[in-house]
Amino acid sequence: MNKFTLPLVGFIALVALLAVGLGLNPREVPSPLVGKPAPDFKVPQLHDPNASFSPNEMLGKVWLFNVWASWCVSCREEHPIIVEYTKRPDAIPVIGLNYKDKREDGQRWLARFGDPYVLSAFDLDGRVGINYGVYGVPETYLIDKQGVIRFKQIGPITPTVLEEKILPLIKELNK
Amino acid sequence: MKLFLVACAALSLCLPLHAKEAAPLAEDPVVEKRLINISEELRCLVCQNESLAGSQAELAKDLREEVRGLIKEGKSDSEVKDFLVSRYGDFVLYRPQIKPSTYLLWAGPFLLLFIGLFTLFRFLKQRSKEVVDTPLSDEEKKRAEALLKDAQS
Repeated sequence: MNKFTLPLVGFIALVALLAVGLGLNPREVPSPLVGKPAPDFKVPQLHDPNASFSPNEMLGKVWLFNVWASWCVSCREEHPIIVEYTKRPDAIPVIGLNYKDKREDGQRWLARFGDPYVLSAFDLDGRVGINYGVYGVPETYLIDKQGVIRFKQIGPITPTVLEEKILPLIKELNK
Repeated sequence: MKLFLVACAALSLCLPLHAKEAAPLAEDPVVEKRLINISEELRCLVCQNESLAGSQAELAKDLREEVRGLIKEGKSDSEVKDFLVSRYGDFVLYRPQIKPSTYLLWAGPFLLLFIGLFTLFRFLKQRSKEVVDTPLSDEEKKRAEALLKDAQS
Protein backbone atom coordinates (compact mmCIF):
# COMPACT_ATOMS: atom_id res chain seq x y z
CA MET A 1 0.00 0.00 0.00
CA ASN A 2 1.36 3.36 -1.06
CA LYS A 3 1.64 5.90 1.75
CA PHE A 4 -0.64 8.26 -0.20
CA THR A 5 -3.47 5.73 -0.45
CA LEU A 6 -5.02 6.39 2.94
CA PRO A 7 -5.04 10.22 2.74
CA LEU A 8 -6.38 10.00 -0.81
CA VAL A 9 -9.22 7.71 0.24
CA GLY A 10 -9.99 10.08 3.10
CA PHE A 11 -9.98 13.06 0.76
CA ILE A 12 -12.29 11.38 -1.76
CA ALA A 13 -14.68 10.40 1.04
CA LEU A 14 -14.76 14.02 2.26
CA VAL A 15 -15.39 15.36 -1.25
CA ALA A 16 -18.19 12.82 -1.75
CA LEU A 17 -19.78 13.82 1.57
CA LEU A 18 -19.64 17.53 0.72
CA ALA A 19 -20.92 16.92 -2.82
CA VAL A 20 -23.97 15.09 -1.46
CA GLY A 21 -24.49 17.83 1.12
CA LEU A 22 -24.36 20.58 -1.49
CA GLY A 23 -26.81 18.68 -3.69
CA LEU A 24 -29.49 18.60 -0.99
CA ASN A 25 -32.21 21.20 -1.03
CA PRO A 26 -32.33 23.00 2.35
CA ARG A 27 -35.93 23.99 1.63
CA GLU A 28 -37.03 20.39 1.80
CA VAL A 29 -37.31 19.74 5.47
CA PRO A 30 -38.56 16.23 6.18
CA SER A 31 -41.99 16.53 7.75
CA PRO A 32 -42.54 14.76 11.06
CA LEU A 33 -46.20 14.46 10.07
CA VAL A 34 -45.63 11.81 7.40
CA GLY A 35 -46.90 8.53 8.84
CA LYS A 36 -49.02 10.35 11.43
CA PRO A 37 -52.78 11.00 11.40
CA ALA A 38 -53.70 14.20 9.55
CA PRO A 39 -54.52 16.88 12.17
CA ASP A 40 -58.22 17.49 12.48
CA PHE A 41 -59.79 20.91 11.98
CA LYS A 42 -63.09 22.45 11.02
CA VAL A 43 -63.11 25.62 8.94
CA PRO A 44 -65.56 27.28 6.55
CA GLN A 45 -65.44 26.58 2.84
CA LEU A 46 -64.10 29.13 0.39
CA HIS A 47 -67.21 29.28 -1.74
CA ASP A 48 -69.73 29.02 1.06
CA PRO A 49 -68.98 30.61 4.45
CA ASN A 50 -71.90 28.71 5.97
CA ALA A 51 -70.62 25.29 4.94
CA SER A 52 -67.64 23.81 6.74
CA PHE A 53 -65.05 21.17 6.01
CA SER A 54 -63.28 18.73 8.28
CA PRO A 55 -60.79 16.04 7.16
CA ASN A 56 -62.86 13.47 9.05
CA GLU A 57 -65.37 13.62 6.20
CA MET A 58 -62.77 12.07 3.93
CA LEU A 59 -62.15 8.92 6.00
CA GLY A 60 -62.34 5.82 3.81
CA LYS A 61 -60.97 7.67 0.81
CA VAL A 62 -57.49 8.31 -0.49
CA TRP A 63 -57.28 12.04 -1.19
CA LEU A 64 -54.94 14.90 -1.87
CA PHE A 65 -54.86 18.01 0.29
CA ASN A 66 -53.38 20.93 -1.61
CA VAL A 67 -52.46 24.16 0.17
CA TRP A 68 -52.68 27.16 -2.15
CA ALA A 69 -53.16 30.93 -2.16
CA SER A 70 -53.88 33.58 -4.75
CA TRP A 71 -50.77 35.51 -3.65
CA CYS A 72 -48.54 32.49 -4.21
CA VAL A 73 -46.57 32.61 -7.43
CA SER A 74 -45.48 28.96 -7.58
CA CYS A 75 -49.11 27.92 -7.12
CA ARG A 76 -49.78 29.25 -10.58
CA GLU A 77 -47.02 27.07 -11.92
CA GLU A 78 -48.47 24.04 -10.19
CA HIS A 79 -52.15 24.69 -10.85
CA PRO A 80 -52.41 23.41 -14.46
CA ILE A 81 -50.88 20.11 -13.36
CA ILE A 82 -53.59 19.63 -10.73
CA VAL A 83 -56.29 20.71 -13.19
CA GLU A 84 -55.02 18.17 -15.73
CA TYR A 85 -54.78 15.45 -13.10
CA THR A 86 -58.37 15.83 -11.92
CA LYS A 87 -59.57 15.31 -15.50
CA ARG A 88 -58.28 11.74 -15.46
CA PRO A 89 -60.96 9.09 -15.02
CA ASP A 90 -59.10 7.46 -12.10
CA ALA A 91 -58.25 10.72 -10.31
CA ILE A 92 -58.68 10.79 -6.53
CA PRO A 93 -60.47 13.76 -4.91
CA VAL A 94 -58.35 16.87 -4.38
CA ILE A 95 -59.33 19.19 -1.53
CA GLY A 96 -57.85 22.68 -1.50
CA LEU A 97 -56.82 24.75 1.47
CA ASN A 98 -56.97 28.43 0.63
CA TYR A 99 -54.21 29.62 2.96
CA LYS A 100 -54.14 33.16 4.43
CA ASP A 101 -56.02 34.63 1.53
CA LYS A 102 -58.90 37.02 1.00
CA ARG A 103 -62.12 35.25 0.12
CA GLU A 104 -62.73 37.32 -3.03
CA ASP A 105 -59.13 36.91 -4.20
CA GLY A 106 -59.25 33.14 -3.78
CA GLN A 107 -62.56 32.83 -5.61
CA ARG A 108 -61.37 35.09 -8.43
CA TRP A 109 -58.16 33.09 -8.77
CA LEU A 110 -60.08 29.83 -9.18
CA ALA A 111 -62.49 31.42 -11.63
CA ARG A 112 -59.55 32.56 -13.72
CA PHE A 113 -57.33 29.48 -13.64
CA GLY A 114 -59.91 26.71 -13.20
CA ASP A 115 -61.17 24.96 -10.09
CA PRO A 116 -59.94 21.36 -9.83
CA TYR A 117 -60.97 21.03 -6.18
CA VAL A 118 -63.92 19.14 -4.78
CA LEU A 119 -63.97 22.09 -2.40
CA SER A 120 -61.52 24.52 -0.85
CA ALA A 121 -61.31 24.98 2.88
CA PHE A 122 -60.71 28.56 3.94
CA ASP A 123 -57.85 29.12 6.38
CA LEU A 124 -57.95 32.86 7.00
CA ASP A 125 -55.50 33.13 9.93
CA GLY A 126 -53.23 30.25 8.93
CA ARG A 127 -53.96 28.12 12.01
CA VAL A 128 -54.71 25.02 9.94
CA GLY A 129 -51.46 25.67 8.11
CA ILE A 130 -49.53 25.75 11.39
CA ASN A 131 -51.05 22.44 12.48
CA TYR A 132 -50.01 20.89 9.18
CA GLY A 133 -46.50 22.34 9.38
CA VAL A 134 -46.98 24.51 6.28
CA TYR A 135 -44.11 26.93 5.72
CA GLY A 136 -43.92 27.38 1.98
CA VAL A 137 -47.02 27.38 -0.18
CA PRO A 138 -47.82 25.33 -2.25
CA GLU A 139 -47.67 22.17 -0.21
CA THR A 140 -49.55 18.96 -0.87
CA TYR A 141 -50.41 16.05 1.40
CA LEU A 142 -51.46 12.58 0.31
CA ILE A 143 -53.80 11.13 2.93
CA ASP A 144 -54.88 7.49 3.04
CA LYS A 145 -58.19 5.80 3.89
CA GLN A 146 -57.37 5.75 7.61
CA GLY A 147 -56.64 9.48 7.57
CA VAL A 148 -52.88 9.06 7.83
CA ILE A 149 -50.54 11.40 5.92
CA ARG A 150 -48.48 9.21 3.60
CA PHE A 151 -46.58 11.79 1.57
CA LYS A 152 -45.87 15.49 1.66
CA GLN A 153 -44.76 17.57 -1.29
CA ILE A 154 -43.15 20.88 -0.33
CA GLY A 155 -43.29 23.35 -3.18
CA PRO A 156 -45.11 22.88 -6.47
CA ILE A 157 -46.01 19.43 -7.76
CA THR A 158 -44.04 18.85 -10.94
CA PRO A 159 -45.04 16.31 -13.63
CA THR A 160 -42.07 14.18 -12.50
CA VAL A 161 -43.14 14.17 -8.84
CA LEU A 162 -46.70 13.34 -9.87
CA GLU A 163 -45.74 10.45 -12.16
CA GLU A 164 -42.92 8.98 -10.14
CA LYS A 165 -43.96 9.52 -6.54
CA ILE A 166 -47.61 10.44 -6.08
CA LEU A 167 -49.33 8.23 -8.66
CA PRO A 168 -47.52 4.98 -7.69
CA LEU A 169 -48.28 5.68 -4.03
CA ILE A 170 -51.98 6.33 -4.79
CA LYS A 171 -52.13 3.02 -6.66
CA GLU A 172 -50.64 1.22 -3.70
CA LEU A 173 -52.94 2.92 -1.17
CA ASN A 174 -56.04 2.18 -3.25
CA LYS A 175 -55.34 -1.58 -3.36
CA MET B 1 -49.73 81.78 19.95
CA LYS B 2 -52.71 80.51 18.02
CA LEU B 3 -50.44 78.58 15.74
CA PHE B 4 -48.68 77.06 18.74
CA LEU B 5 -51.98 75.87 20.20
CA VAL B 6 -52.99 74.34 16.89
CA ALA B 7 -49.63 72.57 16.72
CA CYS B 8 -50.09 71.25 20.24
CA ALA B 9 -53.55 70.01 19.39
CA ALA B 10 -52.23 68.32 16.27
CA LEU B 11 -49.42 66.66 18.23
CA SER B 12 -51.74 65.44 20.94
CA LEU B 13 -53.82 63.81 18.20
CA CYS B 14 -50.80 61.78 17.17
CA LEU B 15 -50.01 60.55 20.66
CA PRO B 16 -52.77 58.00 21.29
CA LEU B 17 -52.13 56.49 17.86
CA HIS B 18 -48.53 55.70 18.75
CA ALA B 19 -49.51 54.31 22.11
CA LYS B 20 -51.97 51.98 20.45
CA GLU B 21 -49.43 50.59 17.99
CA ALA B 22 -46.89 49.82 20.66
CA ALA B 23 -49.39 48.13 22.92
CA PRO B 24 -49.04 44.44 21.95
CA LEU B 25 -45.34 44.37 22.84
CA ALA B 26 -45.72 45.77 26.31
CA GLU B 27 -48.86 43.79 26.99
CA ASP B 28 -47.30 41.37 29.42
CA PRO B 29 -43.54 41.75 29.96
CA VAL B 30 -43.17 38.29 31.49
CA VAL B 31 -44.85 36.56 28.53
CA GLU B 32 -42.86 38.68 26.07
CA LYS B 33 -39.57 37.84 27.75
CA ARG B 34 -40.31 34.14 27.63
CA LEU B 35 -41.47 34.48 24.03
CA ILE B 36 -38.15 36.06 23.07
CA ASN B 37 -36.16 33.47 25.03
CA ILE B 38 -37.95 30.58 23.38
CA SER B 39 -38.09 31.98 19.88
CA GLU B 40 -34.38 32.80 19.84
CA GLU B 41 -33.75 29.07 20.12
CA LEU B 42 -36.02 28.34 17.17
CA ARG B 43 -35.33 28.59 13.47
CA CYS B 44 -37.65 30.45 11.14
CA LEU B 45 -38.48 28.05 8.31
CA VAL B 46 -38.92 30.76 5.73
CA CYS B 47 -35.63 32.61 6.26
CA GLN B 48 -33.67 29.65 7.47
CA ASN B 49 -30.73 31.60 8.84
CA GLU B 50 -32.87 33.75 11.07
CA SER B 51 -34.33 32.88 14.41
CA LEU B 52 -38.04 32.97 14.99
CA ALA B 53 -37.45 35.96 17.26
CA GLY B 54 -35.74 38.05 14.59
CA SER B 55 -37.57 37.09 11.44
CA GLN B 56 -39.98 39.45 9.71
CA ALA B 57 -41.51 36.65 7.63
CA GLU B 58 -45.27 36.36 7.76
CA LEU B 59 -45.08 32.79 9.06
CA ALA B 60 -42.69 33.84 11.84
CA LYS B 61 -45.20 36.46 12.99
CA ASP B 62 -47.96 33.85 13.04
CA LEU B 63 -45.77 31.40 14.93
CA ARG B 64 -44.76 34.01 17.49
CA GLU B 65 -48.44 34.71 18.00
CA GLU B 66 -49.04 30.97 18.42
CA VAL B 67 -46.17 30.68 20.94
CA ARG B 68 -47.50 33.71 22.81
CA GLY B 69 -50.86 31.95 23.05
CA LEU B 70 -49.27 28.75 24.33
CA ILE B 71 -47.31 30.63 26.99
CA LYS B 72 -50.49 32.33 28.16
CA GLU B 73 -52.13 28.90 28.39
CA GLY B 74 -49.41 28.06 30.89
CA LYS B 75 -47.33 25.71 28.74
CA SER B 76 -43.71 25.17 29.75
CA ASP B 77 -40.81 26.08 27.46
CA SER B 78 -40.22 22.47 26.45
CA GLU B 79 -43.91 21.94 25.77
CA VAL B 80 -43.89 24.94 23.44
CA LYS B 81 -40.83 23.57 21.63
CA ASP B 82 -42.43 20.13 21.36
CA PHE B 83 -45.49 21.77 19.82
CA LEU B 84 -43.37 23.23 17.02
CA VAL B 85 -41.15 20.16 16.60
CA SER B 86 -44.19 17.91 16.17
CA ARG B 87 -45.30 20.11 13.27
CA TYR B 88 -42.10 21.31 11.64
CA GLY B 89 -39.57 18.69 12.71
CA ASP B 90 -36.25 18.82 14.58
CA PHE B 91 -35.06 21.34 12.01
CA VAL B 92 -36.72 24.20 13.94
CA LEU B 93 -34.41 23.65 16.90
CA TYR B 94 -31.08 25.45 16.77
CA ARG B 95 -29.89 23.18 19.58
CA PRO B 96 -30.74 19.64 18.44
CA GLN B 97 -31.97 17.18 21.05
CA ILE B 98 -29.69 14.32 22.07
CA LYS B 99 -31.27 11.12 20.75
CA PRO B 100 -30.16 8.14 18.63
CA SER B 101 -30.46 10.00 15.32
CA THR B 102 -28.33 12.89 16.59
CA TYR B 103 -25.67 10.89 18.47
CA LEU B 104 -23.32 11.16 15.50
CA LEU B 105 -23.93 14.91 15.27
CA TRP B 106 -23.02 15.47 18.91
CA ALA B 107 -20.20 12.93 19.13
CA GLY B 108 -18.83 13.50 15.61
CA PRO B 109 -16.35 16.30 16.41
CA PHE B 110 -14.91 14.39 19.38
CA LEU B 111 -14.73 11.25 17.26
CA LEU B 112 -12.78 13.12 14.58
CA LEU B 113 -10.45 14.60 17.21
CA PHE B 114 -9.84 11.13 18.62
CA ILE B 115 -9.10 9.69 15.18
CA GLY B 116 -6.70 12.58 14.52
CA LEU B 117 -4.83 12.11 17.80
CA PHE B 118 -4.65 8.35 17.26
CA THR B 119 -3.23 8.81 13.75
CA LEU B 120 -0.70 11.39 14.97
CA PHE B 121 0.42 9.11 17.80
CA ARG B 122 0.87 6.14 15.46
CA PHE B 123 2.72 8.26 12.92
CA LEU B 124 5.17 9.55 15.54
CA LYS B 125 5.78 6.07 16.93
CA GLN B 126 6.37 4.71 13.44
CA ARG B 127 8.86 7.46 12.67
CA SER B 128 10.86 7.03 15.86
CA LYS B 129 11.32 3.41 14.80
CA GLU B 130 12.56 4.45 11.37
CA VAL B 131 15.26 6.77 12.75
CA VAL B 132 18.28 4.45 13.22
CA ASP B 133 20.91 5.19 15.87
CA THR B 134 24.27 5.87 14.10
CA PRO B 135 27.05 6.34 16.67
CA LEU B 136 30.12 8.35 15.66
CA SER B 137 33.29 6.51 14.71
CA ASP B 138 36.55 7.33 16.60
CA GLU B 139 37.73 9.36 13.66
CA GLU B 140 34.55 11.49 13.63
CA LYS B 141 34.67 11.94 17.43
CA LYS B 142 38.17 13.39 17.23
CA ARG B 143 37.11 15.78 14.47
CA ALA B 144 34.07 16.88 16.45
CA GLU B 145 36.16 17.54 19.55
CA ALA B 146 38.66 19.50 17.53
CA LEU B 147 35.90 21.61 16.07
CA LEU B 148 34.37 22.31 19.49
CA LYS B 149 37.76 23.32 20.93
CA ASP B 150 38.28 25.57 17.95
CA ALA B 151 35.00 27.30 18.58
CA GLN B 152 35.77 27.86 22.30
CA SER B 153 39.18 29.46 21.83
